[in-house]
Amino acid sequence: MTSIVPERILRPTPGQTVGPFFAYGLEYPKQHEVAFSHSPGAILLGGTVYDGAGAPVPDALVEIWGADEHGVIPRARGAIRRDDHTFTGFGRAFTNDDGRYELWTREPGFETRPPASGAPQPVRAVAAPFFAAIVFARGLPDKLHTRIYLPDSAAALAADPLLASLDDGERATLIATRTDRGRLEHDIRLQGEGETVFLAF
Amino acid sequence: MPERTAAAPEALLASPDQAAQQAITAEIVALHAEYEARDAAGERLPLTMHDFPPYRSSLLRHPTKNPKLVDPETIELASPAFGQRDVAAIEADLTAQHAGEPLGERITVQGRLLDSWGRPVPNQLIEVWQANSAGRYIHQRDQHPAPLDPNFTGAGRAVTNANGEYLFTTIKPGPYPWKNHANAWRPAHIHFSVFGSSFTQRLVTQMYFPGDPLFALDPIYNSIPLQHDRERLVGVYDHDLTSPEWATGYRFDIVVDGADASWFEPEEQE
Repeated sequence: MTSIVPERILRPTPGQTVGPFFAYGLEYPKQHEVAFSHSPGAILLGGTVYDGAGAPVPDALVEIWGADEHGVIPRARGAIRRDDHTFTGFGRAFTNDDGRYELWTREPGFETRPPASGAPQPVRAVAAPFFAAIVFARGLPDKLHTRIYLPDSAAALAADPLLASLDDGERATLIATRTDRGRLEHDIRLQGEGETVFLAF
Repeated sequence: MPERTAAAPEALLASPDQAAQQAITAEIVALHAEYEARDAAGERLPLTMHDFPPYRSSLLRHPTKNPKLVDPETIELASPAFGQRDVAAIEADLTAQHAGEPLGERITVQGRLLDSWGRPVPNQLIEVWQANSAGRYIHQRDQHPAPLDPNFTGAGRAVTNANGEYLFTTIKPGPYPWKNHANAWRPAHIHFSVFGSSFTQRLVTQMYFPGDPLFALDPIYNSIPLQHDRERLVGVYDHDLTSPEWATGYRFDIVVDGADASWFEPEEQE
């Protein structure tokens, strides 16, 4: 399939750090409420961003982008103007002074095609659902892509091509933990022991 | 790992070693020479180095492993949906957000959002933020003793039109001191945050102004290894964009890159 992709003709614009003062430029109301927190199926996804010395990073931001509970990619507008009922799949959370980010969202379902009629149809029998995530921070010269997989389906996780290419320690950095209160916990380590696996495409 | 308490963010802003500018510049020159040699030898360097020691706060924040090359999944080849009605027109005019007019040199910054194949990227969100004309950010943690401007916040948003075009009206930001090293100053810049048509194309960058004497001294600008890539972040003064008796004009085109698969059009675009 990639053989018919033509040559690129423009060199991309390089990225730069988001800097220390992004909050007033990037903040918008309810930015971390991908799903209204009191709606059915809403869950809290949160964790701490750590640096290479194991210290929390208080000036990072985490963005997530995910499919809806049927695995369908959201096409509704409203990610930057929340109406408390439309699911747009996109959210943004700044870390607080303890390095913690939190997002209210819904868990992505198994990948499906939008329904032509009736229920959405699965694309593949097994495709481990994940949130696509990007980390930015002061002191981080460019963005970092990663994934946050749901922990529940062992069969789907075992069949995932990316996870299959990693060792156990690396794989663990991409899979969220479900707490006894039903929340998803997922720390991000920028450097060193337990360094999160970051992605290039 | 033992529980660690986060340091107050403002305490992190000053690097502990406070090297002299001369030492920082020498580090930059040596690294650039190394990058140019690697590039000449055929190595494909990242567009921006994550590991760039002259930028001191990156020392503990850059990954030590190479990113894992993966085929993007469907969700990564799509992007949140934005539309012209998501942003009010006034949000693209940073000089019109208060009762009075901000002090400084009024400018317009306009350009096109393109992909690597030269195609315009319509209906995507661009967010900008910047210091005022005195080099002061409105952020509470900015302690630079330059005046705040009651008529300038310094944040704006726009959604690209059907041709991928955007336009901001603002004032030219001032250079800004920071604590990376002794007597460190950032070249004047506007922060840009951009969405492409796939999430893999997401970009946060900075636009600079032509001829800035601080370019060679700045660890952030120079975290881009190659000169022709650094120049791509410098807005181009364009007299045809300058309006008489009103504002000088700069052009800043932005190219977002994604995976090969982002060549293919998404199934639906609003």
